[in-house]
Amino acid sequence: MTVGLSHYLTVAAVLFTIGIFGIFLNRKNVIVILMSIELMLLAVNLNLVAFSAFHGDLVGQVFALFVLTVAAAEAAIGLAIIVVYFRNRGTIDVAEIDLLKG
Amino acid sequence: MLSALFFYLFAVMCVGAGFMVVATRSPVHAVLFLILAFFNAAGLFVLLGAEFIAMILVVVYVGAVMVLFLFVVMMLDVDFAQLRAGFLKYLPVGAVVGLLLLVELIFVVGAWVTAPDLVRDAPTPPVAEMSNTQALGEVLYTDYVYLFEAAGLILLVAMIGAIVLTLHHKRDVRRQSVAAQISRTRETAIEVVQVETGRGLK
Repeated sequence: MTVGLSHYLTVAAVLFTIGIFGIFLNRKNVIVILMSIELMLLAVNLNLVAFSAFHGDLVGQVFALFVLTVAAAEAAIGLAIIVVYFRNRGTIDVAEIDLLKG
Repeated sequence: MLSALFFYLFAVMCVGAGFMVVATRSPVHAVLFLILAFFNAAGLFVLLGAEFIAMILVVVYVGAVMVLFLFVVMMLDVDFAQLRAGFLKYLPVGAVVGLLLLVELIFVVGAWVTAPDLVRDAPTPPVAEMSNTQALGEVLYTDYVYLFEAAGLILLVAMIGAIVLTLHHKRDVRRQSVAAQISRTRETAIEVVQVETGRGLK
C-alpha cells in the first residue's frame, strides 16, 4: 500500500471541489468566499508540490512559493476592500454590492 | 507503511477541515477549521519532502493571513445569520456542480500519463547532499531571481494598497503637528505686556 502521485492529486481534487462548493454554498458571505478561494489555492499548491516531488523537479516548489505570495497579497487586498465596504455600506452581502450598477 | 498511515491521517483531516470551512455556521469557526486544514496540508508537504514550503505555509498562512482573517471577522459587526439565509437553496446546485467537477478531476487523475521524455528544469539533488531549503534557494535566487523580485514587488503593492484602502482621516479630530511645534520661535510663542497697576489685563 504505497502512496503514489495519484493519491495526492485526489486529495487536491477533493479540496478544490470543496472550494468551489463553498463558493456556491456561501454566495452571500464574502469572507467565506475568500476562504474558499484560499482552499482552492491550497489544492493547487498541493498539486504543484506533489508533481515536483514525484518528478524530481524543484521548479514546482518554486512556483508554489509564488502562488503563496500572490495568495497572501490577494487576501490582504480582499480583506481591505471588505473592511472599506463594510465601513461605507454597513453590510458585506454580495447581493447588495451593486453600486456600479453592473 | 508508517508514511502511508500519516498520509491518510493528514489527507482525511485536511479534507474534513476543508469541508467544515464551508459548512460551519460561524465564520470564526470557519477560520479555525481553515487553520487546521493548512496545518494538515503542511503535514502532507513534509511527507512529500518539501519542508520549506510546509514551514512557509505554517508561518505565512497560519501566522499571518489566517490571523488577518480572524481580525477582520471579529472586527466587522456583521449579522452572519442573515448572510446564511438561502444556504439550503444553493445547496443542490452547488452539490451538482461540485460533484461534476470532482468526477472530471478524478477522470483526469485516473487516465493521465507522464511524458516519457520529460525534461527536468531543476532536478532535485539527493537529500544527503543538500537539504530541501538549500536546493530551493539555489534555484530561486539564480534561475528565478527576476520572478522572485516580482513577487516582492507584488507584496509591496499589496501592502501599500491595503494601507491606502483602509486609512482614513477623520475631519474633526485634533492632531499633533510636530512641524508646527518645533518651528515655534520666541517671537511667536511669548508676548511681554506692561500691566498698569490696579487695572489688570482685558
